Amino acid sequence: MPPPLLSMQSVTKTFGGISALTEASLQVAAGEVHALIGQNGAGKSTLIKVLTGYHRKTTGDISFEDRPFDVVSPRAAQDAGISTIYQEINLVPQRSVTENICLGREARRYGLLNWSAMRTEAQRLLAQFNLTLDVDRPLSQFSTATQQMVAIARAVGFSARLVIMDEPTSSLDDREAQVLFSVIRGLRDKGVSVLFVSHRLDELYQVCDRVTIMRDGCTVRMANMAEITKLELVSTMLGRDVARAAGRTTGFGMAAHAPGATILQASGLSDGHHARHVDIAVARGEIVGLAGLLGAGRSETARLVFGDTAAKAGQMTFADSPYKPAQPMDAIRAGIGFCTEDRKVEGIIPDMSVADNMMLALRPALGRSGIVDKTRSRAISQRFITQLGIKCTGPDQKIRELSGGNQQKVLLARWLAMSPRLLILDEPTRGIDVGAKDEIQKLIRSLADEGLAVLMISSELEEVVEGANRVFVLREGLSVAEIAKVDLTEDAVLAAMADGGQHDPV
Amino acid sequence: MGGSMTLSDGLARYGTAIALTVLIAVNLAITPNFATLQTLNVNLTQVCTIVIVAVGMTLVIATGGIDLSVGSLMAISGAIAPMIFMGKLIEIGSIHAAVALAMIAAILVATLFGAFNGWLIARFRIQPIVATLVLFIAGRGIAQVMTNGNLQVFKVPEFQGIGLGRVFGLPVQVILMGMIVAAAAWALRRTTFGGQVLAIGGNERAARLAGIATGRVKIAVYAISGALAGVAGLIVIAINSASDANLVGMGMELDAIAAVAVGGTLLSGGRATIIGTLLGALTIQLVRYTLLANGVPDAAALVVKAAIIIGAVWVQERGRMA
Repeated sequence: MPPPLLSMQSVTKTFGGISALTEASLQVAAGEVHALIGQNGAGKSTLIKVLTGYHRKTTGDISFEDRPFDVVSPRAAQDAGISTIYQEINLVPQRSVTENICLGREARRYGLLNWSAMRTEAQRLLAQFNLTLDVDRPLSQFSTATQQMVAIARAVGFSARLVIMDEPTSSLDDREAQVLFSVIRGLRDKGVSVLFVSHRLDELYQVCDRVTIMRDGCTVRMANMAEITKLELVSTMLGRDVARAAGRTTGFGMAAHAPGATILQASGLSDGHHARHVDIAVARGEIVGLAGLLGAGRSETARLVFGDTAAKAGQMTFADSPYKPAQPMDAIRAGIGFCTEDRKVEGIIPDMSVADNMMLALRPALGRSGIVDKTRSRAISQRFITQLGIKCTGPDQKIRELSGGNQQKVLLARWLAMSPRLLILDEPTRGIDVGAKDEIQKLIRSLADEGLAVLMISSELEEVVEGANRVFVLREGLSVAEIAKVDLTEDAVLAAMADGGQHDPV
Repeated sequence: MGGSMTLSDGLARYGTAIALTVLIAVNLAITPNFATLQTLNVNLTQVCTIVIVAVGMTLVIATGGIDLSVGSLMAISGAIAPMIFMGKLIEIGSIHAAVALAMIAAILVATLFGAFNGWLIARFRIQPIVATLVLFIAGRGIAQVMTNGNLQVFKVPEFQGIGLGRVFGLPVQVILMGMIVAAAAWALRRTTFGGQVLAIGGNERAARLAGIATGRVKIAVYAISGALAGVAGLIVIAINSASDANLVGMGMELDAIAAVAVGGTLLSGGRATIIGTLLGALTIQLVRYTLLANGVPDAAALVVKAAIIIGAVWVQERGRMA
């Protein structure tokens, strides 16, 4: 076997004491399309950023074309033959196709730009992909797929030996994706390697030769695509042994009583993009799990229910009446709370106190006069601080000084203070230490036992399987399975996530 | 971090107050006749309009925005009021009624223009600096068209009380400034609206997801900024006994932003202090007064003013990183 084009061995990377990569390896052969997959936070992006000189590795060996490879900037990586095409295409939309392709390696004559040479070069590169464009038109006038082709042509123009594509299909439709795949195959035939990052498993089988799977900062498996089933891919990615018998590992415990009447019913819900046809239902006193891989449309479904994005299609009823939220305020008025996945970006107001963060949603309802009742605010926040065991110096401490778990409890309290009827939790225990995780899970269960309806999104299978009374599984924006408590096992959820409910004959 | 406070934290929080105290001490030592009621009145009178406009600017900046149109809105307000109380538009028998109507109309128009700024920003998501640039440019033009570019000269004591009158020895505009500062400081700290303003500046996504009507709050904030610019415009023309659409409020947007920055309000939003803005404006004013009273030309004073702003922003950045 010839030596690989790229070899990364035992690469580690720590950010201020927190390690993002603990034991990452990657081998890409010349003229190979190699898939790189893993959950959110598995370390894919960090690995790519180390490779492209965006971050410096902490330890480990990287060799490229048989030479030690240690670049200090994306520009240096590009010069060395590694080009990256990011999810959001990083070209200059207002400039012409020619300028975009030749940016950074302009042809010059007498110290001036040689436009005719660059135009010819651009046309030549695009012709390799059977593309004839008016290269003088601004890039923004072309479709996303075409822009992606231009980005690839640009990469090839830099005589790239390895092209990294980070979720290149996420903004393409099916037909455009097929065009992209044929371009990728074309690259392979020319001996150019492609590192392909995607969450759509079907695509990997269409275009990739081998796959590397990462989990928690480690490379856990490398396999030939032809020799691995979808179910194995998913279970390796999530760290679930398919045959493993499940013991209780979460803090949920058993439900005290059976769920009550249905409070939220949604059918055919679509945002026209990531959530395409979603059916879910949640009853009083029930924890409903929403499972699926990254990009399956789980968070998007939550945003539709909460009125953060407008539904393009579908109906909802809430508490037996038609429900069509136009903005989060409508959902809140109806009695719905939403703890978002990203606490920093969408949850906390960092410079405000614990009390102010907690009272943010409640305050308009508290006093018609618009004057803050400090005493009452403090009393309510103090009650939740005690009840949820929030570790802070008091209601006046700034929320940014709290740990992740305690911030999450404050955000939970923000909604609990409203006495909601439905609470949507998106990854409620992500990035939280084990002890706090257990407490939050117990809390969710006891809230449901008191009659609260809970819609819980989680990438942790055990959380879904042990916590939920019922699980809806999404796959590529579609509801593919509803699993009742009696059938609820990790295997069943995994199978639905991977194959959309139809079991693979393996 | 808890209760302990680092030096840079303390500098960021009390820097302006310390600078002001030092300035006063220096003046007591070197400037002749500094400790007189007259000096106090001169300084307060001069700083008044800046403080009033800067209060509105503080609220705007607290949401993460900026309002460049305040100077032009002052010109519009200053152009409308004389047209009404001088009877150019409609004949009103009682001068008191005419003055009252003039003030209300002028401030109302400035408020509506401010709301228009907010509407552009909230509805079309135009960057505040661009959205308010529209009226920064067009506003002064509107004021000049209304007055045909003419200087409006008047002598109407009933109106000019707002700029020249005194109550208990204190200039009316200083009392007005005090009331506006107190009301805004209270509103920012103690009302739901104030909390929402800071929440939007601190994290707009989170604020929206917590059910805050971010658009409405922004429109309100720019409307308030417009209204206060309107008030300031009236004070300026009352002092001058004349309204020149070309000059009223010229450069005010930058003076106001400087006062806010020196006062310790975070320019990216989310953290704001009205009292800080008052102290910031007083500091800038006092530096200028100190230099002038000691024979340094005004041009040099501008350079010092710039140095103070740079220093204040530097201290703020240090405080934020700590």
